[in-house]
Amino acid sequence: MSGLVKFLRRPIASTLVAVLVGLLIAILLVLVTGYDPLQTVATLVHGVFGSPKYITNVIIKATPILLTGVAVSFAFRTGLFNIGAEGQYILGTIVATIVGVSVNLPAVLQIPLVVLSGALGGALLGALIGFLKARLGIHEVITSIMTNWIMLYLCNFVVSSEAFHNPNSNTAYPINPSGYTMILPQWKVSDEGIEYLLQHPWLRDVLLKTDLNVGFLVAVFVAIVVGILLKRTKLGYQLRAVGLNKDAARFSGIAVERSVVLCMLISGGICGLAGALNITGINPHTLSTLVAQEGYGFNGLSVAFIAGCSTVGCIPSSLFFSALMYGGMTVQQVVGVPSEIINIMIGIIVFFTAIPSMAPWIADAIERRRSRENKNLAQETKGEEA
Amino acid sequence: MGKAAITRRSLLAAAGLGGLSLIACGGSRGSGKAGSGGRKVAMVTNVGGINDQGFCQLSWDGLKRLRDEKGYDVSYIESKLDSDYATNIDKAIDYGAEYVWSIGFAMADAAAFEAKINPDVNVKFGIVDANTSGAASLTGVLFKAQEPSFVVGYIAGRTTKKDRVGFVGGIASDNIYAFEFGYMAGVDYAAKELGKRIEVERQYAESFNDNAKGKSIAQKMYSGGADIVFHAAGSVGIGVIEAAEESGNFAIGVDMDQSYLSPTSVLTSAVKRVDQALFDLTPKLLDGEIAGGTDIILGLADGDYLGIPEHHEHIDDKVYQDALAVIEKIKAKEIEPPATEEAYSAFTKSIGIV
Repeated sequence: MSGLVKFLRRPIASTLVAVLVGLLIAILLVLVTGYDPLQTVATLVHGVFGSPKYITNVIIKATPILLTGVAVSFAFRTGLFNIGAEGQYILGTIVATIVGVSVNLPAVLQIPLVVLSGALGGALLGALIGFLKARLGIHEVITSIMTNWIMLYLCNFVVSSEAFHNPNSNTAYPINPSGYTMILPQWKVSDEGIEYLLQHPWLRDVLLKTDLNVGFLVAVFVAIVVGILLKRTKLGYQLRAVGLNKDAARFSGIAVERSVVLCMLISGGICGLAGALNITGINPHTLSTLVAQEGYGFNGLSVAFIAGCSTVGCIPSSLFFSALMYGGMTVQQVVGVPSEIINIMIGIIVFFTAIPSMAPWIADAIERRRSRENKNLAQETKGEEA
Repeated sequence: MGKAAITRRSLLAAAGLGGLSLIACGGSRGSGKAGSGGRKVAMVTNVGGINDQGFCQLSWDGLKRLRDEKGYDVSYIESKLDSDYATNIDKAIDYGAEYVWSIGFAMADAAAFEAKINPDVNVKFGIVDANTSGAASLTGVLFKAQEPSFVVGYIAGRTTKKDRVGFVGGIASDNIYAFEFGYMAGVDYAAKELGKRIEVERQYAESFNDNAKGKSIAQKMYSGGADIVFHAAGSVGIGVIEAAEESGNFAIGVDMDQSYLSPTSVLTSAVKRVDQALFDLTPKLLDGEIAGGTDIILGLADGDYLGIPEHHEHIDDKVYQDALAVIEKIKAKEIEPPATEEAYSAFTKSIGIV
């Protein structure tokens, strides 16, 4: 019992409790709507782990939200709320597509060029938001929400522009294949490639049936580097100091304005990187007309909060999130449970992780109850003695 | 004592929960999937989703009828993003579907790719509104949208009082051009009959989902003097119909009878019954009665797939009867509604309008 109490006092416990509560409420919802909860859970698990290609897809879908999650966590740790991750992500996709379509170099040059230009796009947009905050005092939440919509319409503008519109579709032209970051992108769709892979079902599942790409490795690398930057470098110390107390930081000689711009630059750059990697790494390798925000940035917020704004914590958190989203689609198809229930579950989990003191509170309650029991016990034994 | 009390309380709680779950399970047993065990057919929606008030919803209606009337085991997967198309088709295959429908031309590449990489699986594919691109197991289903568009254009031409009508398109593509030029030809045909000129104002919304944009385009058309606007623009058209209702003008719906959106303002609709097509074609394609691997192009003459709704409270009865006569002429190939700009200019020349 005291082990449990000790565990509940650790920061990760709050997250786990939130996840558990979210799952329980989702199961209740499934029950209430009249579906079989056991089958639902089994299908969810099967939809995530049932085949190598499912696992691969979960990893692919985790990549962008891991990056936006890291970006949001990073900004949050330095005192900024980057709700504009979505817009910076979109600008990353726009710039990467424009560069990827217009330029055609050998892959060794093309891939870094496309990916880095996308990241640069996001970084500049982030820096603009930071600049508006640092110089003019406009709150970053307002500017970044507005830039989200500006970027959405910029994307639609580019898609429908004469130079980039792919006729008879709702997309722009796909980028030149030299910019693809999948594993063996050309070979696997060639006739020999398909023939070879048909003989090797396992490889076919992983290579041909998914867009397996190098993005996740990049994202993990970024998560670790940003974590080190924050915790182990002078710059990180300065940024965190600004986040904790702006006035104290200024008083101790830190250039607060510069630090705000820099922080948003880095955060935006990571979001732009997420966008660029999605363009190079997954089909259809291009922009499509957006109706609403696709949610890569907003899901990044959820990933960050589930991870308690730890950049490395975003790695498991993004995988978990992605597994729920991807497995949720299978649940909807096989069991018939509306995929909205999965969204409600994620919402509940995020809601409960927002209460950081929940697990310690449970620990307190257990301790109180135990001390009361002890007292009762003591009284009873006293009574018996008497 | 204290300990015992707690245990009792938690026992009660557990029993309560258990009871609740039993009740709920009992409820669900009755509503088990109808027709499971039948032939498995799946569809994958485009990003419009299953409740798009149009295309995907209609397709799902068709599959639901297969379930209810023929005991098929049907399911759908909603795509949230363009990048989901291929993986979702793949999921449908894993589910054991014998036939997988992809809904909408945006999915053409994904459907062709999946057909190409799954030659060893016992599954056939169909795509609505797009060509097959050559894979042997993939069948394209296309509609001659120009034909019902011609008919509603004819009705618009006969009904307009201001000699000015409008057209709002979604995203410019060959599919939507068929609506546009069919409609214009229909308007011209009516104008020729009446011996006058009718202007057609046209604009594309560059979207299939932006209601607000559809509304503002239509408002501009109505205030510019048009009194009837036809849309072929998915849910952008919901905005068009709203604008018609607010300004007291008429709109013409598309895909299904859209008069339910505004009984007072929807003149008629260019109906394109994807549901009927999927209901009729799926069994034939499954059993090989239709070989598949090619395009199936459905026109007015091919059955109950295209047309206009029967009710016509806003249309003069004479005009409605004439419209039915036009339908017969199209079926008999006396009129061939144009689907492209070139065909349209040839058509206007042939009826003597320049």
